[in-house]
Amino acid sequence: MLKDFFAKKKKYATIPTEKMKQDVPEGLMTKCPECKHIMYTKELKKNLLVCQSCQYHYPMSSFERLGSLVDEGSFTEYDRNMISENPLEFPGYLEKLDSDRKKTKINEAVVTGDATINEHPVVIAVMDSRFRMGSMGSVVGEKITRAIEQAVEKELPFIIFTASGGARMQEGILSLMQMAKTSVALKRHSDRGLLFISVMTHPTTGGVSASFASVGDYNFAEPKALIGFAGRRVIEQTIREDLPEDFQTAEFLLKHGQLDKVIPRHEMKETLTNVLKIHSGRGE
Amino acid sequence: MVGELEFERPITELKKKIAELKSFMEEKGIDLTDEITSLEERLSALQEDTYENMSAWDRVLVARHPERPTTLDYISYLFKDFIELHGDRLYGEDEAIVGGIGMFHGQPVTVIGQQRGRDTKENIRRNFGMPHPEGYRKALRLMKQAEKFSRPVICLMDTKGAFPGKSAEERGQSEAIARNLVEMAGLHVPIICIVIGEGASGGALGIGVGNHVHMLENSWYSVISPEGAASILWKDSTKAKLAAESMKITAPDLKELGIIDEMIPEVKGGAHHDPAEQAKRIEAVIQSSLEELMNLSEEELVEQRYEKYKNMGKFTFVNDSIAVK
Repeated sequence: MLKDFFAKKKKYATIPTEKMKQDVPEGLMTKCPECKHIMYTKELKKNLLVCQSCQYHYPMSSFERLGSLVDEGSFTEYDRNMISENPLEFPGYLEKLDSDRKKTKINEAVVTGDATINEHPVVIAVMDSRFRMGSMGSVVGEKITRAIEQAVEKELPFIIFTASGGARMQEGILSLMQMAKTSVALKRHSDRGLLFISVMTHPTTGGVSASFASVGDYNFAEPKALIGFAGRRVIEQTIREDLPEDFQTAEFLLKHGQLDKVIPRHEMKETLTNVLKIHSGRGE
Repeated sequence: MVGELEFERPITELKKKIAELKSFMEEKGIDLTDEITSLEERLSALQEDTYENMSAWDRVLVARHPERPTTLDYISYLFKDFIELHGDRLYGEDEAIVGGIGMFHGQPVTVIGQQRGRDTKENIRRNFGMPHPEGYRKALRLMKQAEKFSRPVICLMDTKGAFPGKSAEERGQSEAIARNLVEMAGLHVPIICIVIGEGASGGALGIGVGNHVHMLENSWYSVISPEGAASILWKDSTKAKLAAESMKITAPDLKELGIIDEMIPEVKGGAHHDPAEQAKRIEAVIQSSLEELMNLSEEELVEQRYEKYKNMGKFTFVNDSIAVK
């Protein structure tokens, strides 16, 4: 047949598998998912995981983030050994936790502790989107609450870097209650006149966005970070109207008065230091 | 029968049969008393069996019953001299949340609740009981007002969720809910929250941080609706029934998990069978909650809320620094 003379076109685009995606940053070279610019992985890491060409901010692990912010050797971790149970006996949940622990080498989706940032002491919590999408279950809620309690006790500022898809479905109502738990702790911290800085990184949605992430004395975000209450797909299905290109980005929130400032990663440490300095009353 | 639910069908069938027999007996003058008595006994056993053994999904259906009493229905039974107050003073008026002041057994109170519509027209006006940020901000305004005048706050929760829409996102849905959680944590007056229908996620919790949290027997309260859970967990929203069973969302489940203080029993078959009687049962629980909480000082109220929520969660510790098996 005539059509056999022509090479068959592939019907479907090839979607990179999870494994392929993971393999790329491990290699010598890394291709930017935004602008396709190819750069040395070492250079990229030196550049705080920001694409040199288009300024795309790669997700950071908790410890990469801490490394980019806190003074060397100053970090003391809290509750490193706390792990989740399976309160609703959800099938497969424990296995998923186990595989994420292997993958990320951390025990849960948040790392908490105290440290100094340019010699300013702080209590800091950094969420990690690689672990169950950074979702908040009992352990995430408890670790953040305990960190806030430490900040109250030590009279220190509390800084959180959020990265979370929201509540952890497998823990059901207990996961919802973590929103209330962290809130009662933050209220106590706030009533003592202590400083709380929230920095939203990609992505910060659902229950995390609708609790501690949004109630900082200062709400900051990284460029282009996805931040929102409801998922884009849900909204499109509900209202059947086209959403703007920049919908639920950090820039969109800034435009609508929901953020104090969008801070590129390179300026993060400096800006936080500046805020801490002003709050310590030790500015020039 | 209007508003009959699937699991109640055998009951309806039996009731129909009894009615038929009765009219037949009258018409023909044949004595069927024995047959009728035996059927009536069967009916009462069937009702007992059906309503005692309701599945989680049956309860979800009852919670969504179009005739289920709403916030405003209960307000009319429970509070005297109620005056509804409108607006958040910032953007607008959201009719998905109603609020106001009134008297409860001689005690001035502030009442806030999510409000569904009874028909399509009212549902459109009230956005199907799904609040926008201005609803949560109105609620907060009324709570702060209650605090100023030392009035306890009573919140009736009944929502499919906070509205997921462009306008809600633009005006800060997340911030509005988050702010309420923090402010409710620190409010200097008693807060009593009661889930009267659907308690979906952050949208419900936005008026749900209380000293006491109660639930009606056939209401549900969850991190996500059964449909939402099914579509996330199994990519299939038709598995909502299964999700309802496994997510532990009913009042008996939440009582067992220690999330709620009291489960308020419903009249047989659900609150819509006798709203006045249901209101009485709610009244008794509010009364005993208030009696207990009015004895606490401002600091004790805040402290009680702190301890209550601090204790929620299940976790454990491992010896190795990384718990990889």
